[in-house]
Amino acid sequence: MSAATTTPAADARIPLRGHLRHTGALVRRNLLWIRQDPESMFDALLMPVVFTLLFVYVFGGSIGQALGGGQDGYVQYVIPGMIAMMSMTLSQGVGTGFSQDFNSGVMDRFRSLPIGRGSVLFAKISVELVRMLFATAVLMIVAVLVGFHINHWGGLFAAVGLSAVFASSIMWVFLTLGVILKNAQSVQAMGFLVLFPLQFGSSIFAPTKSMPGWLQAFTDYNPLSTLADAARGLMVGGPVAHDLWITLGWSVGITAIAAPYAIHKFRTKS
Amino acid sequence: MTRIDNNAVSVRGLVKHYGDTKALDGVDLDVRQGTVMGVLGPNGAGKTTLVRILSTLLKPDAGEATVAGYDVLRQPRQLRRVIGLTGQYASVDEKLPGWENLYMIGRLLDLPRKDARARADELLERFSLTEAAKRPASTYSGGMRRRLDLAASMIGRPQVLFLDEPTTGLDPRTRNEVWAEVKAMVGDGVTVLLTTQYMEEAEQLASELTVVDRGKVIANGRVEELKAKVGGRTLRVRPVDPLQVRPLADMIDELGITGLAGTTVDGENGTLLVPILSDEQLTAVVGAVTARGITISSISTELPSLDEVFLSLTGHRASAPQDARSADDRQEVAV
Repeated sequence: MSAATTTPAADARIPLRGHLRHTGALVRRNLLWIRQDPESMFDALLMPVVFTLLFVYVFGGSIGQALGGGQDGYVQYVIPGMIAMMSMTLSQGVGTGFSQDFNSGVMDRFRSLPIGRGSVLFAKISVELVRMLFATAVLMIVAVLVGFHINHWGGLFAAVGLSAVFASSIMWVFLTLGVILKNAQSVQAMGFLVLFPLQFGSSIFAPTKSMPGWLQAFTDYNPLSTLADAARGLMVGGPVAHDLWITLGWSVGITAIAAPYAIHKFRTKS
Repeated sequence: MTRIDNNAVSVRGLVKHYGDTKALDGVDLDVRQGTVMGVLGPNGAGKTTLVRILSTLLKPDAGEATVAGYDVLRQPRQLRRVIGLTGQYASVDEKLPGWENLYMIGRLLDLPRKDARARADELLERFSLTEAAKRPASTYSGGMRRRLDLAASMIGRPQVLFLDEPTTGLDPRTRNEVWAEVKAMVGDGVTVLLTTQYMEEAEQLASELTVVDRGKVIANGRVEELKAKVGGRTLRVRPVDPLQVRPLADMIDELGITGLAGTTVDGENGTLLVPILSDEQLTAVVGAVTARGITISSISTELPSLDEVFLSLTGHRASAPQDARSADDRQEVAV
């Protein structure tokens, strides 16, 4: 009595519709989490308010003076940068949430179901992007209240779109951390260690011209600088193409490496 | 694709290492369709590793395994379509209401929306959770959560159901509820592979039993056969005065009228557990209690403990931490 089949038949494939259905069901799950626990939206709601007020009113006067446009000039400078910064900070949530999933039994359930390898991860990213759009909307309301002029709506949408593209590539990195690190606290600590220097060692909050040469060498390659500069160009005018392409290049490169790795780690985690 | 045999689960020479530890060390196992196989063993025997490999959560280092004819390594997706899994820790989303949990799994199993809704309603009803349908699972009691977990495993009408220690950590009443549900599922014709640390659970639910220890199968057969082989029972004696439990244990051990394992004091319940191999031993223990003039409030016989099963099958105790604890109790008594 031997087991199994006459031929080692290939495994069934999941059609595209199946992938969409599975991702849809999991997006619904993650949205229900927000409804269950509205406090989880506090960061998306408060961060844009706090950071905008902090930078515009605490640092804005002196940086603006140095820039030669005063506080009002600094508002025009920093708001596009804030879009880039917030998309990064919120991306972290995808990793901590994922880590929590792994520490409950529900991941075993998902991994023992006949669903596509990426569905669970795609759903997390989709919902995080929704949170990010919400935060960006809040940011723009605060921005207008502190004196930001929206000159080109098309440019604004393009800048938000570019941030979303770059953020989704970074989310794959955080998803990987969420799988390989032991708990949500470690993911958060690691995320902070990575993001903090990237955010402040960039042109997000201040022009890099006055920084020492070695730091400029870093900031020039920092994708957050190019993202902030591209957003600035799109929203208030100025050169765009160079920064846009570099940012897109980073996005594609990071996704190409981190996404397959995250999915692989997700499937093989014991 | 033609299926040759009628084994729902077939395992040959399965090996899994974690560093130097051999979680599975060449396990063979067959579960016939429509039967319940109990896998009995202490913590760390490799039971959970076996279930995780059979449900495609882990890859084996060597050996072969098929479930419903599908190979765990080559056809994981088809395999996942025909199994249900209830783990040691409830594998439901605690933040979601019960109904949403079941609906989500229905959709992940490709049921159309309407069918997924109907199936969620139906299973909540069947597992007596309709009233709690809209509450988050985090507000459920342990037993309700376990029932929701079982319901989730049944959404796809699985051919083979894996239950990994389904009643560990539940109180006796809740445990009986879960047993009743499992029996009902078996009545529907599902094949079940169940892991447990309790002989009583195995006897309640399983028709066949595989005893594992340190990654190896040490015995298998029909439950009655194994029970006959072990031969023993456990006598539970409760003196009226709880302070009499230890002196009584002392005396019985000295007289040597126990089975292979010595007596165990269950301090929490104020009872003494005496493994016995024969009616003569039972009578001798009762005689000793009388001779000492101890008044008892209850006396009953139960199935042999996991320890007794292991001693009679292997000559050594089950290597589980909780058994080490009762071994300490015993020494304390013996000194």
